[in-house]
Amino acid sequence: MPGGAERILRRRIGSVKNTKKITRAMELIAATRVARAQQRARAARPYSEQLTGVIEDLAAAGADVDHPLLRQAEKVERVAFVICAGDRGLAGGYNSGVIRAAEAEIQALRAAGGDYKIIAVGRKVNDYFTYRGFAIDTTFSGFTDNPSYENAREIARRVRDLFDSGEVDQVELIFTEFISMGTQTPAVRRFLPLESTETIAKSGGGDAEAVAGYSFEPSPEGVLEDLLPRYVEARLFAALLDAAASEHANRQRAMKAATENAEDLIVKLSREMNRARQESITTEIMEIVSGAESLGADQQDARTDLLIDHLNPDHLIAEHVHP
Amino acid sequence: MSFAVEFVSPESLLYSGESTQVVARTRGGGEIAFLTGHEPFIGSLLASEVRVTEVSGDIASFAVRSGFVSVTGTSVTVLSDEATLVDDIDVAVAKADLDAALEALKANEDDKFAAQDKQWAELKLRLASSD
Repeated sequence: MPGGAERILRRRIGSVKNTKKITRAMELIAATRVARAQQRARAARPYSEQLTGVIEDLAAAGADVDHPLLRQAEKVERVAFVICAGDRGLAGGYNSGVIRAAEAEIQALRAAGGDYKIIAVGRKVNDYFTYRGFAIDTTFSGFTDNPSYENAREIARRVRDLFDSGEVDQVELIFTEFISMGTQTPAVRRFLPLESTETIAKSGGGDAEAVAGYSFEPSPEGVLEDLLPRYVEARLFAALLDAAASEHANRQRAMKAATENAEDLIVKLSREMNRARQESITTEIMEIVSGAESLGADQQDARTDLLIDHLNPDHLIAEHVHP
Repeated sequence: MSFAVEFVSPESLLYSGESTQVVARTRGGGEIAFLTGHEPFIGSLLASEVRVTEVSGDIASFAVRSGFVSVTGTSVTVLSDEATLVDDIDVAVAKADLDAALEALKANEDDKFAAQDKQWAELKLRLASSD
């Protein structure tokens, strides 16, 4: 049917153009959100640096307590995994990268006879592991693209509950590290128990100009006791911010690729459509030409009485019109 | 003589300025005032009010949920996961928080997090009303 293929292609081009508009808009939105997430990560840095600075001062003062958060289990059998990915898809390999890393860790633990607990951060994590029949301890979602400190605190509470009560011996944090605009990689970090204060102090980040001779109130141990939970929250918050920046960067890249694909597709479909149109025009011309030819051929035929001018009895009409 | 004061929270730098006196309340130590040249000091803060006397003589008052105060001879830094200017306290939000915390405590009396939330909401309401 002439024109049918062309109409279908025209409709497809229209829908690809619409998709392109959407992916383009998502790309631009993601780009501004990466910038904002990075800005927030920068804004959070002074706090964690100061916190680490205080730990340095405490380490210098020789404070080391038997704090539950520092307690090393003799045998690690039960491990909680805090898995941070996104609530939404359309972000390239962002979610699957984290989930794959997490699943590998969990399988390795199970193979070694250990028991796992999953703390899912982001709906995609929950969906994946629920679907696969893993037991989920707690799910936190609805904030992965723009986490607040309050979110970090809520997660930290659950993690500390598990750890303090001895339900788990160790906590692993799995998230995507934002290394640069172009590079984000899934990372697995030991989260709890914390390293000793000396190790934290040595890993730096704080203002190195530790002043000796601090006096502490209530006591070095008392300060440390209050400080370590804050340190846990701050680390979790930093991970959430990194994850958010990574999610947006991945989404921006994915949407950029989708926009480019849509452009390619539009070009390809336009060519196909032009060809289809040309073909239908050619077919029509062919039909007219062959029709005319067959008319010409018919004139030399014996059955000339069937031709129009023979069937149009002019002389009869004229008789009626002009009596 | 003045010194630099900073309120640092994870989300932002809340306040930065010059001050002649800072009053805070530390755990176990009661209220403590810092003047220029105070000995190096690190204290753990209770949910309380921190008052900063600015160079102009005005007093800026903050509600601090918990945190630390770190003092060197030339600066005072207040580290707090949650702090707000008393003038900025949203009474409606604080009331809602208090109700939520009381609800949680009703369900589980030993919920130490809810107890902290309750304390913090009550502090905000008290400071906002005395303002």
